[in-house]
Amino acid sequence: MITDVLLFIVFFVLLLLMAWPLGKYMAKVYSGERTMFDTIFLSLEKTLYRLAGIDAVREMNWRQYASGLFIFNLLGLAAVVAIQELQTILPWNPEGLAAVPFDLAFNTAASFMTNTNWQAYSGETTMSYFTQMAALTVQNFLSAATGMAVAVALIRGLARKTTKTIGNFWSDMVRSVIWILLPLSIVVSIIFMQQGMIQNLSAYVAVDTLEGGQQTIAMGPVASQEAIKLLGTNGGGFFNANSAHPFENPTPFTNLVQVLSIFLIPTGMVFMFGNMIKDRRQGYAILAAMLLLFSVSLGGLYASEIYGSPIAGHSGVSEPTNMEGKDMRFGINGSALFAAVTTAASCGAVNTMHDSLTPLGGMVTMLQIMLGEVVIGGVGAGLYGMMMFVMLTVFIVGLMVGRTPEYLGKKIEANEMKMAIIAILIPAVTILFGSAISVMADAGLAGLNNAGPHGFSEILYAFTSAAGNNGSAFAGLSANTVYYNLMIAAAMLIGRFGVIIPVLAIAGSLAEKRVSPPGPGTFPTAGSLFVLLLAGIVIMVGALTFLPALSLGPIIEHLLMLQGVTF
Amino acid sequence: MWKQTISALRLLLLLTVVTGIAYPLAMTGVAQAVFPKQANGSLVYVNDKAVGSILLGQNFTAAKYFHGRPSSAGTDGYDAAGSSGSNLGPTSKKLVDTVNGNIEKIRSENQIAESVSIPSDLVMASASGLDPDTSPEAAYLQVNRIAAERGISENEIRGLVTSHVQVRQFGFLGAERVNVLALNMALDRLK
Repeated sequence: MITDVLLFIVFFVLLLLMAWPLGKYMAKVYSGERTMFDTIFLSLEKTLYRLAGIDAVREMNWRQYASGLFIFNLLGLAAVVAIQELQTILPWNPEGLAAVPFDLAFNTAASFMTNTNWQAYSGETTMSYFTQMAALTVQNFLSAATGMAVAVALIRGLARKTTKTIGNFWSDMVRSVIWILLPLSIVVSIIFMQQGMIQNLSAYVAVDTLEGGQQTIAMGPVASQEAIKLLGTNGGGFFNANSAHPFENPTPFTNLVQVLSIFLIPTGMVFMFGNMIKDRRQGYAILAAMLLLFSVSLGGLYASEIYGSPIAGHSGVSEPTNMEGKDMRFGINGSALFAAVTTAASCGAVNTMHDSLTPLGGMVTMLQIMLGEVVIGGVGAGLYGMMMFVMLTVFIVGLMVGRTPEYLGKKIEANEMKMAIIAILIPAVTILFGSAISVMADAGLAGLNNAGPHGFSEILYAFTSAAGNNGSAFAGLSANTVYYNLMIAAAMLIGRFGVIIPVLAIAGSLAEKRVSPPGPGTFPTAGSLFVLLLAGIVIMVGALTFLPALSLGPIIEHLLMLQGVTF
Repeated sequence: MWKQTISALRLLLLLTVVTGIAYPLAMTGVAQAVFPKQANGSLVYVNDKAVGSILLGQNFTAAKYFHGRPSSAGTDGYDAAGSSGSNLGPTSKKLVDTVNGNIEKIRSENQIAESVSIPSDLVMASASGLDPDTSPEAAYLQVNRIAAERGISENEIRGLVTSHVQVRQFGFLGAERVNVLALNMALDRLK
C-alpha cells in the first residue's frame, strides 16, 4: 500500500519535472526561436522542404491549414493500405506473412492515421517488419505531429489578433517530428533496449524448452516502435499483448518509463500553451483541472482492483483476487497506473487486459475516454479537446452572470460556441449510435467473448475507444470482421476529423478578433474557481451523456458481481 | 491543389525514409552493437543450446519442475508467437470454472488442504500469456512436491527459491516475483 502510493507520487513528480522544461522548449520550437539543437536539425529541415518543394514560411488561414492537413493524412492512409497489401514483395518479411485482407488493412490504416491505433490484428502473425516500420511507425510519428500541429494552430488563434492566419501546417508538422518526437524517441528506445527490449530484423527463433517442448519466439524491431508508440500517445503494440508482452515492457522500470512517456508531451503542451500566450497561470489552471480529474480516476481504478473479485475470493484464492489479465512484474499498482494513464491520454497501449478488469475499474478506463480524452489527453488532442470545454465553461459562466463570455481577452461568440459544441458532441454521438446499432445487429453481437452486461461493455468500449481515438479495447470482442473493421474505421475517422475541423475553424475565427483588456466584469480563468468549474463541466457533460449506457454495462455488472452472479 | 498534393506526397515519402527506415535501422544498429544480448531476445542456453528467453515464460507440466501461471497464448499456452490474455471478466462463468479447476489441480498436485487459500497468480492467466514470473508464495507452495520428486531436501529447494526472489525494482516498482525458467534451470543444476 505504501509502496503503491509512493509509486504514484514519484510518477507525478517526475512527470512535472520533465514536462515543464519540455513545454518551454516546445514553445520555442513552434515560435521559430533558437534552440540548442538548431545546428543539427535546421539543415535537415531545410533539406526536407527543398526536396519536397514546400514553402514552409507562407502563413495560412484556417481553411488552407485544414486542407493541407487533410491531404497529408489522406495520403498517409493510402500509403499504409498499400504497404500492407504489398508486404509479400517488400523487404524484411522473414516469416513470409501474407498480404493483409482489405477490410483489415483499411481499418489499420484509418486507425494509425487517426492516432487511434485500434488493432483488429495480432502484430506477430499479421505484419511484416517492413510494414511495422515504414507504415505503422511512420504514422505513429505523423499522426502525433498532426495532433500537435492542430493544438499549436489553436494556441496561435488565441494569441494573435486581427489576422486571418494561424501558421504554416508543413512547418508545424516537420518541426514536431524533427525537434520533438524523433530525439525523444531515440532516448527512450535506448533506455528500453538496455532494459531488455528486443530490436532486430531476425526470423522468429525456435527453441526446445527446458522440459523438451517447442517454443517459437517472435522477434522484430520492437524498441524503436515502442518509444514513439508511447511518446506519440499512439498505443499500437508490436505484438498482440501490447505492453504486457515481456519484449514490449520487460521490467517494472520500463513500465514507469512507459507511463511517463505517455503523459510527457501532452502535459508539456499545457505548459507550452502558457508560454505561448505569455500567461503561464492560464496553463497551470488547465493542467490543474486535468490532474484533478486524473487523480480521481486513478484512485478509483486502483481501489477497485485492490478490492478485486469477491467471486474469485470465494473460490479460495488469496489477495490480490483479480490477477486475471495482469502480469506479475508490474504489480497491481503498476497495472492500475498504466490502465489509468493510457485511457486518460488517448494512448491505448495496455499492460493489463482491460476486459478482465473489475467492472468499476473497467468503467473508469471507459469513462475517461468518454469524457472526450481531455484528462491530459493525446498529444495535442488533449489540449485542443480541453479548450472546447474551456469555451463551454466561459460560456456557461457568461450566461450565469449575464455578460458576453471572454477567454484571454477574446469574445466567445455564436460561431465559436457552435463549433465547440460540434467538437464535443460528435464523438459522443458516434459512441452511442455505433454501440446501439451493433447491439441490434447480428454481426455486432457475433463477436462477443463475455456474456451478460460485460458483453454490452465490450461493444460500448469498442466504439468509445474508436471515437475517442484511444485504441485500447475490451479485447475479447472479435473485432476482425468486415462489419467491425468498417464500423470502427468510420468511428475513428469521424472522431478524429469531426473534432479537428471545428477546432481549426475556431482557431481561424479567434485569430481575427480584437483583444479587449480585462475589465471588472471579466471572469478570471486562472484561479481555483475556474479549475473547479472546468473539471465539473467536463464531468457533467460526460455523466449526462453516458450514465444510462454505463448503467447497463459496468454498473449493473458490479452489483451482480457482489451477489455472486456469473454469466 | 494539385501542386500541394504532389508536395505533400514527396514530404510523406521523405518523412517515411527518416522515421520509418533510417530511425529504426539506426536503433537496430545501436542495439546490436551495444546491447546484443537484450536486442536478440535475452536467450538462455543449456549446453550451448538455446532453451528459451529469460523474459518469456514457457510451459512446465512435469512434476519435477516449478509450474508457472496459466497462459492463454496460443492453443497450448505460452505460444511466444501468439501472445494473448483470456480477456474474460470477473463475472464470466467460464473464467470462474477455469479458476476453480486450476485450484483443485494445484491442491491435489501439492497436497494442500481446503482451508489454505491459493495465490491468485498461480490459477489466473496473465495479460501477455507469456508471464515469466510467479509470486514467491506460488513457488514456495510447490517446494514439497519438487523435493519429493527429486529426492532433495525441502530446505535446499526452499533456499533455492529464496535466492531467486526478485525484490521490487529500486525498492518500490512492481511486485516481488520469481522467474520460473531461471528457477528451474537452477534446479537442474543442483547435485
